[in-house]
Amino acid sequence: MDTFLQQLVNGLTAGSVYAVVALGYTMVYGIIQLINFAHGEVVMIGAMVAFTVINALAPTGLSPLAVVLVGTACAIPVCMLVGYSMERLAYRPLRSAPRLAPLITAIGVSILLQHLAMLVWSRNVLAFPQIIDNTSYTLGGASITNVQLAIIAVCVALMGGLALLVYRTQLGTAMRATAQNPHVAGLMGVDVNRVIAATFVIGAALGAVAGVLYGTYYGVAQYTMGSILGLKAFSAAVLGGIGNIPGAMLGGVLLGLVEALGAGYIGDLSDLCAYGWIADLMGEQCEAGHFILFGSNYQDVFAFLVLILVLVFRPSGLLGERVGDRA
Amino acid sequence: MNDMKLGITLIAAAVALAACGEQKPAAKAEAKPAAPSALEVKIGHVGPLTGGIAHLGKDNENGARLAVEEANAARTRIDGKEVKFTFVAEDDQADPKTGTTVAQKLVDSKVAGVVGHLNSGTSIPASPIYNQAGIPVISGSATNPKLTEQGFKTQFRVVGRDDQQGPAIASYLATTKKPKLVAVIDDATAYGEGIANEVEKTLKAANIKVLPREKGTDKTTDWKAVLTKLRGRNPDAVFYGGMDATGGPLLKQGRELGIKAVFSFGDGACTDEMTKLAGPASDGLLCSQAGIPPQAADKRFLEAYKKRFNVDPILYAPFTYDAANLLIAAMQKANSADPKVYLPALQKIDFTGATGKIAFDEKGDRKDAEMTIFTMKGGKIEPIAIIKGGKTTPYAEFVKGAK
Repeated sequence: MDTFLQQLVNGLTAGSVYAVVALGYTMVYGIIQLINFAHGEVVMIGAMVAFTVINALAPTGLSPLAVVLVGTACAIPVCMLVGYSMERLAYRPLRSAPRLAPLITAIGVSILLQHLAMLVWSRNVLAFPQIIDNTSYTLGGASITNVQLAIIAVCVALMGGLALLVYRTQLGTAMRATAQNPHVAGLMGVDVNRVIAATFVIGAALGAVAGVLYGTYYGVAQYTMGSILGLKAFSAAVLGGIGNIPGAMLGGVLLGLVEALGAGYIGDLSDLCAYGWIADLMGEQCEAGHFILFGSNYQDVFAFLVLILVLVFRPSGLLGERVGDRA
Repeated sequence: MNDMKLGITLIAAAVALAACGEQKPAAKAEAKPAAPSALEVKIGHVGPLTGGIAHLGKDNENGARLAVEEANAARTRIDGKEVKFTFVAEDDQADPKTGTTVAQKLVDSKVAGVVGHLNSGTSIPASPIYNQAGIPVISGSATNPKLTEQGFKTQFRVVGRDDQQGPAIASYLATTKKPKLVAVIDDATAYGEGIANEVEKTLKAANIKVLPREKGTDKTTDWKAVLTKLRGRNPDAVFYGGMDATGGPLLKQGRELGIKAVFSFGDGACTDEMTKLAGPASDGLLCSQAGIPPQAADKRFLEAYKKRFNVDPILYAPFTYDAANLLIAAMQKANSADPKVYLPALQKIDFTGATGKIAFDEKGDRKDAEMTIFTMKGGKIEPIAIIKGGKTTPYAEFVKGAK
């Protein structure tokens, strides 16, 4: 039971980061039906910028919280700029082009950003300075650290903030209007270009925070980290119903949980020797006690398994039917 | 609009070029014309001089270069003639393909012997080329067992093998920490799985229970699911076969989850980098490296190296120094620089170098190669024991004995 609870805590932490990244995918898709494959790279750049700042400030003796906050404060504008530039330079010129063109451009932007980051920050795995003291709290047998609590809290706050922005402000109304029909929204006096740019910038800012959280949680950053994180977040967005904001949040958390539980239990479940009749068939192979078909290295597979299952059985995702609410 | 597209294309092209630009031309050898009466003998060295581990490649090269320069300064004579040794240094970029190219280049330029390559990944594909040409090659740092398992008479190494390293760390763990239950994890690479298998075999032979193998990948950063599962089984020790980039997060997350077990690693994660990656959690980890730390090498070598290159040797320089000296010693013994003639002398050599006594077994592996066990103390890995021929010697005693 302790193990199960602990896996839930692990999954919840990873899942809330996925959720925040997934928001970036889903917002952009909702408004211009583009899957921005470069979003994972924005997250990576957020983590890298934060790494540089935190690394520089760590020896100064400032309080760890202040250092991380300054790091985040630097990462956000950089990512916003990256988000704005890619919309302005790479996607806007192609807005009326066939849908395949911007999609391929997105992949191109992703490769471009990855290699730029490689030139700036090298190929090495960068280790975040360990400045935060980990304090563990025990919660019914599962331990949860202050960092994990902070990550979950920040993610919930960001999601809440975004919901307020989308459903309670003028910009949010304009975003929803543009999502429903950009031409009509334009006729109603909405500056469509500005709204789309704002969507990219907000998504990038969320990505920056997610990058910092991911980097400080695992303690490492590398120029390639954005691709797998981005693909997982994209799967989360599809799971929840791409284009749907609450869907991305739900999808992210669910994906985190599926992954943690999957990686935690697949080894035991696929241990052929644990099943009496198969063990008899296997004979000698089981004398050592175990014959594990799938180990925990299949952890990353779950995200894509989920993606495939959703696409086959429920292409619109869990909350995907609320098409009208897209933003 | 078209300008903009052009601009993006240009940026993309520039980046692509920059990415390709890393393939710098190989370092050229300094071939000076020899005095007419002297016998000219070329000795090659191959290691990565560009890329992520260029500093290690340079360290290896320096070791071999020092040996060759010393042999020249000592006016070594072979067959009655004074020998002028020429040092030919090549860059394999730690890339298997480039490794075979430069191997062919060395063979074509008629080197008498080669020191290298640094990596197992480049040494293995290059070895048939040297074998076919009949040119002896001695690696001072390639630890993959396969290198000397191919049956090539020309292939030697002066460093230990991975399948000696696994047993070394496992037996150290078994005898000093006396665990009852050990969890073994690997990163599903040839290296990680190989060393983890050896560790598991040794532990089981010592009647220590081993949990079913857990696996990650060489890119895994989230180990929480695996570690949570292990925490439920409560092992006394954990061994991870993999590199520091994944081992650091593993250790850090293990401590966060409150796992009290001793963490142990192979040479891939036996670096100071572990402190940065795992923070204070890294203190007390155990890890192994093939060979002996450079500080434990012969004092005369250390001083000569420092004097010549103004830096201390980093990792394998004492081994490449010995490798080059072995080639020269075998030539002197056979009284010929012809590979065909001196190869048998090299196989039977009995030599004392900067890293101790060297003799080869029939495969070309060093007999009784040493392994070193390290622990992390205050952010630096420190040698604590040397294992040789199944015998464990505390490091301090070993160093005293060597001097």
